[in-house]
Amino acid sequence: MDANVNFDAREDAYSRPLDSIDVSVPELYQNDVYQPYFERLRREDPVHYCADSKFGPYWSVTRYKDIMKVAINHQVFSSKWELGGVRLEDQVQGYERPSFIQMDEPDHGQRRMAVSPAVAPENLQRMEGIIRERTSRVLDELPHGRPFNWVQEVSIELTSRMLATLFDWPLEDRHRLMFWSDVTVCHVDTADAPVHSEAERYAELQKMAAAMKALWEERAGGNAPRYDLISMLAHSDATRHIDFRELLATCSLLIVGGNDTTRNSMSGGVWGLSQFPEQYQKLRENPELVPSLVSEIIRWHTPVLHLRRTALADFELGGKTIRKGDKVAMWFVSGNRDEEAIKDPHDLIVDRARAREHISFGFGVHRCVGNRLAELQLRILWEEILKRDLDIGVMDKPKYLRSNLIHGVRELPVQIH
Amino acid sequence: MPGVTYIEFNGAAHTVEVPVGTSLMRGAVDNNVPGIDADCGGECACATCHVYVDAAWLDKTGLPEAGSQEETMLSFAAAAQPNSRLSCQIKMREDLSGIVLRMPEGQH
Repeated sequence: MDANVNFDAREDAYSRPLDSIDVSVPELYQNDVYQPYFERLRREDPVHYCADSKFGPYWSVTRYKDIMKVAINHQVFSSKWELGGVRLEDQVQGYERPSFIQMDEPDHGQRRMAVSPAVAPENLQRMEGIIRERTSRVLDELPHGRPFNWVQEVSIELTSRMLATLFDWPLEDRHRLMFWSDVTVCHVDTADAPVHSEAERYAELQKMAAAMKALWEERAGGNAPRYDLISMLAHSDATRHIDFRELLATCSLLIVGGNDTTRNSMSGGVWGLSQFPEQYQKLRENPELVPSLVSEIIRWHTPVLHLRRTALADFELGGKTIRKGDKVAMWFVSGNRDEEAIKDPHDLIVDRARAREHISFGFGVHRCVGNRLAELQLRILWEEILKRDLDIGVMDKPKYLRSNLIHGVRELPVQIH
Repeated sequence: MPGVTYIEFNGAAHTVEVPVGTSLMRGAVDNNVPGIDADCGGECACATCHVYVDAAWLDKTGLPEAGSQEETMLSFAAAAQPNSRLSCQIKMREDLSGIVLRMPEGQH
């Protein structure tokens, strides 16, 4: 499928043969033209088989309720890296990354519980003060009256600092964490990707893992585990003996999970509210709506576009039979816009009823472990924006990442009046 | 209608009426009782309606069945205890009238 900027996506989505719809094409997201294809699939072929794509044959699950069925059935729908992992793009042999997001039970659960305390309610309370202080400083230093890139100046600035704190990584070196985050998520065939082959990607991640390993060894010696992710991994019985490859994979996962999704929601929210100015006005008049706004932004933007599973057995879904061994994509970006599950799904509504019931964090045992930290950072950002009553003028449409996995916002030009 | 008492982590108690057949999660959410998030809307898929059942009521509510989805999801919840339940999995009954549920520090 082609997806240039200057074509009519709606016309194309509804005129082409159904079986030629391939929503794995990364340009659909880069060019922000994916919605009509999902709209048609939800209506006409909600569990959709694409026989031929760049990533091989795969199923697309597009409705909220069907995604839920796949997400909670980890007995049938495997995440295992040995079977290809959790992205439509298979793990390349020799460069697999065995992190716990790409494991089934009990391996996944044991490892997840090693890091979960870092982002559990008790630890978040300790972090709230520092997040608010940093957010305030970043907002207070923003230029007024001249355009700047919100992504760079706010979203990346805040989430990179958060990431350094989570790893207890030197703050002045935080840009290296962001680089490795971009290295992890990119499609290596993207023209301006930070790396251009799997070998190059792996080499960069090895550098990252070596740096993490050095911190690990310093911290493994102490008595009580500290609150950072590396210390927790080094002290937990489930993870203290992991090999270098799993260390690489795990840190790579935690780097991406620890910044990228929140970064993009920080940008997506500013863009979203600029499209619904009457909602922003309602928010200014009712700042107590911020927690609801945060859930709504996470739904509306949907920072993770899809996650993939591999069927371990034949399974009936939406009148189709998914066969053992088939690849199955849960398109969160579609489930969150499912008209049958969510009223007026394309609108960003700051006081939406049951705003928390979005699908962006996934469901079941693999549900996002950092979801409360993400919400905390977004809540503080919006509370501080409202406190200052910043008048953020969005100058142009966002520029998106070329990716079918991450709903990445690369540029959002704004001006504060 | 039978009553349910929800006690927040900070000690604030809320006694509300919950119709027979309604889940204790829905009873809290519909009455704006804070402390239960219920992100999945009652599908036993997120563990954010986690409560501690008061010891006096545990015989009546029972514990999650071994190997059940509730047990699996609870194993990922922060600060799970032997008397932990997901409140979406307990339906209100006449004989649960007066039940006391305590909330964890946060839903995670």
